[in-house]
Formats: sequence, structure tokens, C-alpha cells
Amino acid sequence: MVHFESVCPLRSSSIRTSWNRLVMQAIQVDNISKSYGKISALKSVSFQVEEGELFGLIGPDGAGKSTLFRILTTLLLADSGEGHVAGNHLLRDYRKIRRIVGYMPGRFSLYQDLSVEENLSFFATIFGTTIEENYGLIKDIYVQLEPFKKRLAGQLSGGMKQKLALCCALIHRPEVLFLDEPTTGVDAVSRKEFWEMLKKLKQKGIAILVSTPYMDEASLCDRIALIQNGEILTINTPEGLMTEYDLPLYAVKYDDTYQLLKGLRKMPYTKSVLPFGDSLHLTVEAETPVSKITEYLTDLGFENAEIRPISPTVEDIFLELSRRTESKND
Amino acid sequence: MPENIIQVEGLTKCFGDFTAVDAITFTVKKGEIFGFLGANGAGKTTAMKMLIGLSKPTKGMGSVAGFDIAKNPEKIKKRIGYMSQKFSLYNDLTVKENIRFYGGIYGLDKKRIRSKTQSILKELNLNDVAGTLVAALPLGWKQRLSFAVSMVHDPEIVFLDEPTGGVDPHVRRQFWETIYEAAALGRTIFVTTHYMDEAEYCDRVSIMVSGKIEALDTPENLKHQFKAKTMDEVFLKLAR
Repeated sequence: MVHFESVCPLRSSSIRTSWNRLVMQAIQVDNISKSYGKISALKSVSFQVEEGELFGLIGPDGAGKSTLFRILTTLLLADSGEGHVAGNHLLRDYRKIRRIVGYMPGRFSLYQDLSVEENLSFFATIFGTTIEENYGLIKDIYVQLEPFKKRLAGQLSGGMKQKLALCCALIHRPEVLFLDEPTTGVDAVSRKEFWEMLKKLKQKGIAILVSTPYMDEASLCDRIALIQNGEILTINTPEGLMTEYDLPLYAVKYDDTYQLLKGLRKMPYTKSVLPFGDSLHLTVEAETPVSKITEYLTDLGFENAEIRPISPTVEDIFLELSRRTESKND
Repeated sequence: MPENIIQVEGLTKCFGDFTAVDAITFTVKKGEIFGFLGANGAGKTTAMKMLIGLSKPTKGMGSVAGFDIAKNPEKIKKRIGYMSQKFSLYNDLTVKENIRFYGGIYGLDKKRIRSKTQSILKELNLNDVAGTLVAALPLGWKQRLSFAVSMVHDPEIVFLDEPTGGVDPHVRRQFWETIYEAAALGRTIFVTTHYMDEAEYCDRVSIMVSGKIEALDTPENLKHQFKAKTMDEVFLKLAR
């Protein structure tokens, strides 16, 4: 490096920048913390999003997802820690970052009293481009909106608003796309369509950080971070996540779910038992034979209860990891 | 045969030329947990507004808790509980004040309000925070308090309008336990949600598509009927 610097008449910061670009991450977050008064919204959060990666930030309301989005889009300052977006420093290069990211905030933030077309051309103009120039990128999404292009944005349905917001976030062909809970409050059909659009964008080389409270959307991401109370519980691929659950897990089913729940709560081998739809998910101490559970249930009168070993869902893993983190923090 | 607490026949609501709810027919049994599902704009909210006496049907008939929805909407309002994520508790009143307020709204006498307050505080383990403003409570506590308050007048049926959107998986589970508990005591629960996995907690579910009920059965039978592994798949097959 020393030699390189001596032959190259550049300021060292430029060298650092070009060096970073060689090994560039789309997003690099190092120990970012943020508090609002006494509440710490983010507690030393670190992760990277690779170029062209679809990275999911999954956690409930109040986990710190939106705070993190605001920090990474340079709308809010972190208390401590550092971050880079496409190799640009959050503080030093904030102007550059604002030009190269697309951001879709959690709350609908387009102009309700402008039409679909006007909103899109407004955002194109702001970024010094035109709809025509980048039409290829939004075409698949925009054709669905085109019949309503004269309609005011405020009068669109939820699914349509979300599509328009995505078009507006894409119109300047960003390098990194930030989507804060794009599918919250949207029905299952529109959610599915939206994820299909994200997959296509990813193929066009855009890195995407997307947050969601829906745990079942984890499987649609390349990698995910589970986040709760400002802390990252784990970062993994959807497949890798499944191996993080290392206790025996059963689905137990009986006509009267509520009585069964009360019964299993008192069972000596039970580590946790939680309602999951029409069955209960039961985690027991390692090496508890199923026969012990059957015996216990028969004694209580739940004679035909169905007990079946299952693979964990993302929710099972989230619940287990958050329980471990809580007991560690206590 | 348990009696039907909701009975609806050909219920229809039009706004001008637009038919929001198109001749729906269904029944809900006493003590059932009934899931009322549908995509955004399918007509769920309009249908529910007719059931709780807030909107008059254009055509068709229905009864809720023994009263005709067109003729006696006021009587229905007194006999049902209603909770939604948006409309629930007053943040700037304390826990106790909220219970007293809703008790008063439903016309309970002082003695009854006092005993109800005590039993709710005890059941939910809220005695220590009885004098705390609701704004300061964790979300999960608020939600259970809100549910308890919606039943302060001991209604036979409670309508839950998207009660658990966006919340923590822990909190959702605690909440479903409270719902099971209420149902075990013989109360009927009518829930709308678009969390399809939540549909699986219900005894039976109906799925509305463009104003019509396109499917109605137990989650298990629906999955079987549509050859789907999850309710999400059932929904996608129907609504797409």
C-alpha cells in the first residue's frame, strides 16, 4: 500500500474510497446505536448487505427497523457506530448517498393530491432524470398502474399505492433500495406480487434491504437478520436459520386446544408450549422420549391427542432466540 | 345443536352502482371462533359494519344475538363487544379510568363497574398499574386490556377487527390464549384478519372475494378442498 500511495498522486481518502469500491458492500453497518431519551432503539447493530443481495430485516413493531432505515438513508444521525452505503460514508458522503438510494418509507409518503403520473414525473425531475430514461426498470410494475395514471394517488387502493411508491423509489435507478415494511397491511395476494417484483429487481443488480413484521416472508430473502428490541438475534440464510433450533419440537393437536395448552404448560418436560394455528408447538427438554409425552397426556384424559415431530418455522426460531436473549439480558 | 348467534341471508350492500357485499349467506354458532377473511377491498369491513349495526343493508336479512340487524341495530350494539387495533383505549386515561369509562358507556351501574374493574385487574394481573396511564403500558398489555374492556358488559359475541397487525409473535400468542379462554367460557368470537396463519386458530373461516363468500369451512377442510398446505395457499388460489 505504501508503494501504491507514493506512485499515485491521489489524496489518501480517495485511495481508501477506490479500495473500498473494489470490495464494496452495498450496505455496511458497524456497531450502530441510537437512543431516544431512555429508550435505546438500536443497540450496537452490525451487518453487511452484499451487492445484488435481497436482505430481510425481520422483527415486530418497535424492534428498531425504521430507525435503522432512517439512519442508513441519512435522515437521522446515529449516536455511535459507522455505516457505509455503496462504499459511501454515512456522514462524510451523505449527499452522494441521497442520490444513489431509493427509499420507500413505512408510511405512504407520496403526494396524495397529485396524480399517479404527476407523482412519478415529480420524483424523476427531483433526481434530474426523466420517466423515459429509466422506464425499462419500472415497466413491469408501471403497466399495472397505467390505466389509472390520471387518478390522484390518494384515491388508489392499498396495493396500487404500494406499487406507485415502489416506482417512485426506482425512477432514478438507485444502486441500493430501502423498503421499510412495504407489505404491512397489504393482503396476501398483493404481498405475493410485491415479492415477485423484488426478485426481478434483484436480478437487475439492485441491492435491497427490506423490513417486514411477517416472519413467513423470511424464506423469500437471500439472507435475513431477526431483530427485536434494537438487537439483532441472528443473521443467516433461510436454510441456515432452520439449523439454529436445536431442541426437540412437536406439533400437538387435540379437539380442545385451550385445555390442551393448560395441560401441557404443567408437564414437567415442557420447555415451552405456544399456540400455532390449529395445533400447539411444544418444545421439550432434550432427550425426552415421545412416549413420556403420550403417557402424560393420556393420564390427563387427552387420549387421542396427535403428537408429531416437526421442523421449526421462522416464528419458532424467533421466539426461541428472543427467549434466550431475554434470559441472557436479565 | 348449538344455536346460531349470527344468521345472515342474502345480505347485500350497494354504494351507487357498486355492490360492495353481494348476497352473502352464513351462520355463526354460539361459542365458535369464526374467522372472517378477505383481500383488501373484498367487502369485509362493509359486511361487518352491517353486522354490528353501523350500516343498513340494501337487501337481505340478518340477525345478531337474536336481533334483526335492519330493525334493531341499537339493541345489537348493546349486546356485542367490539375491538379494533385502531379504536381501543384512551391513552391519556389510566387503566382503571378506561375500564370505568367503558363500563359507563355500556350503562353498567356503579356497583357492577366496581366489581368488573376488580375482576379485570385481577385476571390480567394489572393491579400494580391500575393508576398508570394506558400510554405507558407495553403493547401486549394494552391489547389484552382492550379485549377485556370490550367485554365489560358481558356480551355474548365479540367482534375483533384486525386485532393483531404488526405485533410481536409473543404478544400475538398471548392474545390468542386470551381469545381461547373467552371462547372456552362460551363467548362467540368473530375475527377479521389478513394474517392467513392466524386463520388457522379459528374453528371455521369464511373467505370473501369481490363481495361474495367464496369458501366457508374449517381450516382443515379448506386446506383439503383446495389441496393446499397452508391457509395462505388456499387464499391465493381463491383470490388470484
